[in-house]
Amino acid sequence: MKKTTKNLINIALLLLMFVGLYFLEQHFGRRSMLITVLKKGAIYALIAVSMNLLNGFTGLFSLGQAGFMLVGAYTYAVLTIPMAKRMAVYQYYDGGIINFTVPTIVGILAAGALAALLAMLIGMPVLRLKSDYLAIATLGFAEIIRAIIQWDTLGPITNGSNLLKTYPTFKSVIPVFAAATICIGVIVLLINSTYGRAFKAIRDDEIAAEAMGINLFHHKQMAFIISSFFAGIGGALLAMYQGSLQANAFKASMTYEILLIVVIGGMGSVTGSVIASFLFIACSEWWLRFLDTETYLFGGTVKLPLLRSGFRMVVFSVVIMIVVLFFRKGIMGEKELWDLFTPKKKKEGIKP
Amino acid sequence: MIMLKVTDLKVNYSGIEALKGISFDVRQGQIVTLIGANGAGKSTTLRAISGLVKPSSGSINFMGRDITMLNPQRVVAEGVALVPEGRRVFPNLTVKENLKIGAYLRNDKDEIEDDIKDIYRRFPRLREREWQLAGTLSGGEQQMLAVGRAMMAKPKLLMMDEPSLGLAPLVVKDIFSIIRDLKSEGITILLIEQNANAALRCADFGFVMETGHITMTGAGSELLVNKAVKEAYLGSK
Repeated sequence: MKKTTKNLINIALLLLMFVGLYFLEQHFGRRSMLITVLKKGAIYALIAVSMNLLNGFTGLFSLGQAGFMLVGAYTYAVLTIPMAKRMAVYQYYDGGIINFTVPTIVGILAAGALAALLAMLIGMPVLRLKSDYLAIATLGFAEIIRAIIQWDTLGPITNGSNLLKTYPTFKSVIPVFAAATICIGVIVLLINSTYGRAFKAIRDDEIAAEAMGINLFHHKQMAFIISSFFAGIGGALLAMYQGSLQANAFKASMTYEILLIVVIGGMGSVTGSVIASFLFIACSEWWLRFLDTETYLFGGTVKLPLLRSGFRMVVFSVVIMIVVLFFRKGIMGEKELWDLFTPKKKKEGIKP
Repeated sequence: MIMLKVTDLKVNYSGIEALKGISFDVRQGQIVTLIGANGAGKSTTLRAISGLVKPSSGSINFMGRDITMLNPQRVVAEGVALVPEGRRVFPNLTVKENLKIGAYLRNDKDEIEDDIKDIYRRFPRLREREWQLAGTLSGGEQQMLAVGRAMMAKPKLLMMDEPSLGLAPLVVKDIFSIIRDLKSEGITILLIEQNANAALRCADFGFVMETGHITMTGAGSELLVNKAVKEAYLGSK
């Protein structure tokens, strides 16, 4: 297949997806479960892919994702709350000290930029660590970020541990998908570039990569910064999805959720992360919800055992254990969706 | 012409002296081999030249330029490529991607494609396996890939660390005939081997290393018949 035809097919498929989304939204309504799940799934897909860039493609086991999402979410919320509403939101801090409001798109980009900047600073010390040590250090930094944001002294900016709200959000599913598609598209382009190849080389064998003339630290730092940039944007989108924001929600368990999606989807597979995100969100928000509600059969005489608040998480844990034990490479392994449709030899069109 | 000149090179690994001041030259267009037992410092010598470890003293001069303290990227850019010990191909990248990584520091995109074809001409097996993950290749094929990958950097000096390690005798033969081919194309080779017999047979010049020193020097054919070398490394009396 020629490159241009391939691009045309991709564009056609994307258009088809958006048309499909439009009709789904018209049919089911913006507040329906399906649309809600699609919105959150798209945001998680972006965040999972950004984490996969680091953990799956560059081989850096980082657990700082929630921290960078938090920075992104707060940056967006703080910068975009309308002036008129600031007094009400920052009621304990005399309306806060930020006296301007930026447009939504600027807020989202600023969210990514600040997360990236922070990643650059944190990366300098922690990227010299390897494997588990890197994981512990990034996890620690994520918690420190959360503590600092909740710090009372910073209240005039972050509103301390109080809720941030009334910042602009999205109503339709279309803008979420547009943002996630663009960001994931950029990451895919990066992975398929010379840089992406160098990332994978570092993952496979650091010493050999260094001997080939790849600057290890430079590339690790770049992967870290880019991953955090998109985690920041994902955080901003998540803030928009939720409608209100509190630092408390961005705990380490959020990072684990995303790590889980990455592992279930397959380390080193972008499509795997995307598929796993939608599956994960659909299960946790929708399909397995019934496990959390007490159910009575036969006109309320027989109570079904086990079904009660919290049981969903038990089932979920079992599902995860099964995946980790029996499908260790995840849904996709290291393959992408398009690899399954194109026979290996024909990929990119082999030239004699 | 002397291409590589190593003078009084010393390397410490946290207090332990792995190289205790070695000096040797590699002339352009020759195959030069360092032979010696495990722990003699052969690999350390190559690692020091390629910048992967920093020497504590001494100097390394390549094509008239001092490369002693350069980092690995700069050394590769100067034209020194390493085929690392144990092949170290990137197992989850395809054969073609491995070759492209070898050309990482080059900017001439069009020529890279041509050079990949050149490598395929030299190693037809790699062309057959172009889209296969390198980790699924056999040991010999991986060694070919490791050599091809190093060649993609268009090196003036190719350094090979134990290319015959862990390979079947027939494959070892192939590898040494590849080394001879490379030489006939004008590539200078610094070869490290435990298989002293095969290495000395194809080398123009040889150095024998023992616990961080160079103890003997001579043309490959001389060392091959030298009584002390024969007893210590060639296994015959």
